[in-house]
Amino acid sequence: MKYVLLIYSSPNAFQALPEEERRALMTEFEALNKELEESGVYVGGEGLADPVNSKTVRVRGGVPAITDGPFAEAKEQLAGYYIVDVENIERATEIALRDPAARLWAIEVRPVMDESGLEM
Amino acid sequence: MRTEARVEDLLRRLAPRILGALVRRYGHFDACEDAVQEALLAAAVQWRDRGVPESPEGWLITVASRRLADQLRSEQARRRREDAVAVMTPPGDAVAPAPGDEPPPERDDTLTLLLLCCHPALSPASQLALTLRAVGGLTTAEIARAFLVPEATMAQRISRAKQSIRDAGARFELPAEPELGERMRVVLHVLYLIFNEGYTASSGTELQRADLTREAIRLTRAVHALLPDDGEVAGMLALMLLTDARRPARSGPDGALIPLAEQDRRRWDAESIREGVALITAALARAPLGPYQLQAAIAAVHAEAERAEDTDWPQIVALYRLLERFGPNPMVTLNVAVAVAMVDGPQAGLELLAPLDADALMARSHRLDAVRAHLLEMAGEHAAARARYRRAARRTTSIPEQRYLEARAARLGGS
Repeated sequence: MKYVLLIYSSPNAFQALPEEERRALMTEFEALNKELEESGVYVGGEGLADPVNSKTVRVRGGVPAITDGPFAEAKEQLAGYYIVDVENIERATEIALRDPAARLWAIEVRPVMDESGLEM
Repeated sequence: MRTEARVEDLLRRLAPRILGALVRRYGHFDACEDAVQEALLAAAVQWRDRGVPESPEGWLITVASRRLADQLRSEQARRRREDAVAVMTPPGDAVAPAPGDEPPPERDDTLTLLLLCCHPALSPASQLALTLRAVGGLTTAEIARAFLVPEATMAQRISRAKQSIRDAGARFELPAEPELGERMRVVLHVLYLIFNEGYTASSGTELQRADLTREAIRLTRAVHALLPDDGEVAGMLALMLLTDARRPARSGPDGALIPLAEQDRRRWDAESIREGVALITAALARAPLGPYQLQAAIAAVHAEAERAEDTDWPQIVALYRLLERFGPNPMVTLNVAVAVAMVDGPQAGLELLAPLDADALMARSHRLDAVRAHLLEMAGEHAAARARYRRAARRTTSIPEQRYLEARAARLGGS
C-alpha cells in the first residue's frame, strides 16, 4: 500500500529557526530519507515552495480565473510531501513519527487510492 | 509465438535452474543473483538477434559464471585482498568453455531458491520482489512496473532483501522437517500474494499486472511438479486457476467490477476450470486437508454452477465451516455470513456479523460495511443498506471498489 505523508507547517517556519537547529534538522531529514530509500520503501516526494509563489486556478461557467497565492489563508500550509510503499498504515505512521517535522509541525498520513480491487 | 516472447518465456523458465547451479557451485547467493540477471539481459538481446544457442542453459551458465568471476575479482581488487581471489575464482576459469559447452545442471534447485527468497527475515514486499526476480527471472524494471513503483525503489528493495538474507546467515539448502513445512507455508503465501497483486488489478493497469497472475501460476505449477503429493500446493494451484478463470467476466469494458452473482459465466475460462477442478478433486481424495484446498473447493463449487442461482450454498457453508477450524479469521466469517444468508436468509447472516464489530481492525474495514450493506439490501432494509454502502465507499482505498459501492448505494435510490 502506498501512503502519502503530508507535512504541514506555518509559512517560513523553517527559515525562522536558528541556523544551528536548521542544520541539525536537515541532517536528520537526510538520514531518514536515505534509510527509506535504501530499504526500498521510498517512492518519491518533493518540498514545496512558499505559497506566496502559488497560482490558484478556477474555471467557472467556462471562464478561467487565475489568482495569485494560496486558495485560502491558513495558519498551516502544505510544505512538502513524500510517498512510501509499506504494508499498512501503522508502518507508515511509524515513519511519520520519526520524521523531525512531526516534532515541529504536523504530518498527515493518508492512503493513496489504488486501481486494484476485489470483486464482491 | 513471436521470437521475443518465446525467448522471454525460455529465459524465465531457465532463470532458477541457472541461479541454482551457480549458487551450488560458487556460493554467494547475492552476487550470483546479480550475475544471472546480467546474463539473462545479455541473452534477451543476443538471442533475439542471433537466435537461441544450441544449449541455452550451458550458454547462460557460462556467461553468468564469467560475470560472477569479474564481479568477485573487481570487488576483491577494490578491497585489496588478492589472496582470496584464488578461492573465489571458479576452477578452470582461465580456460572457461565457450558459451554452450557447459553441461546443464543435473538437479532442480527451484524449491531451495524459493525457500531462500521467501526467508522469514524478509518483509512480504521484499519476498515478493526477490522471488519474481531470482526465481521468476523477471527484470527489476518489469517488477517495478508491475508494482507501480519507480525502478530505483524496486532495485533498492531487492538489494536490501539480498542483504537481509546474507545477514540472517541463510544457507542454500533444503531445511529439514518440521522447518521445511513451515517455510513452505510462507512460500505458498508469497505465491498467493503475487497472484493477488495481478488478479485485483483493474483494466487500467491490467496489461502490466496480469503478468503477475501468469507468473504466480507458472511458479506454483513448477512447485507442484516438484511436490506432486503435497495437497496444499495442489490446492493453491487449483485455487489460482479457478479464480483466474473468472478474470474475463469480473470487470466490464469500463473497468467496473462485476460481482460473482452478476458475472456472465459463459465468459469464464472453461479450460482453467477443468484443470482446477481435476486438481482439487485429486488432492481432496488423497492428501491431508488444508486451508488452500478448502478455498479451492469453494471456488470449484462456484465454478460448477452454471447460473448464480444454481450455486450449492449449503455445500459452501459446510466448506467455510471447515475452513474456520484451521484458524478463526474475520475475513472467513464475512464469507460464512454471506453463504449462510443464501441458505437461511439475510437475518441469519447479519447475526453472524454482529461479533465482528468488536474486532478493532474489522470494524474499521470497508469490507464489513460492504457485506452488511449487501445483507441489509437482501432483507429489504434499503435505507440502512444505502448508508452502509456509502460508508464502505468512503473507507475503501480502491477506486474500482469505491465506484462499485457508490453504484450499489445509488441503485437503492432515495435521498
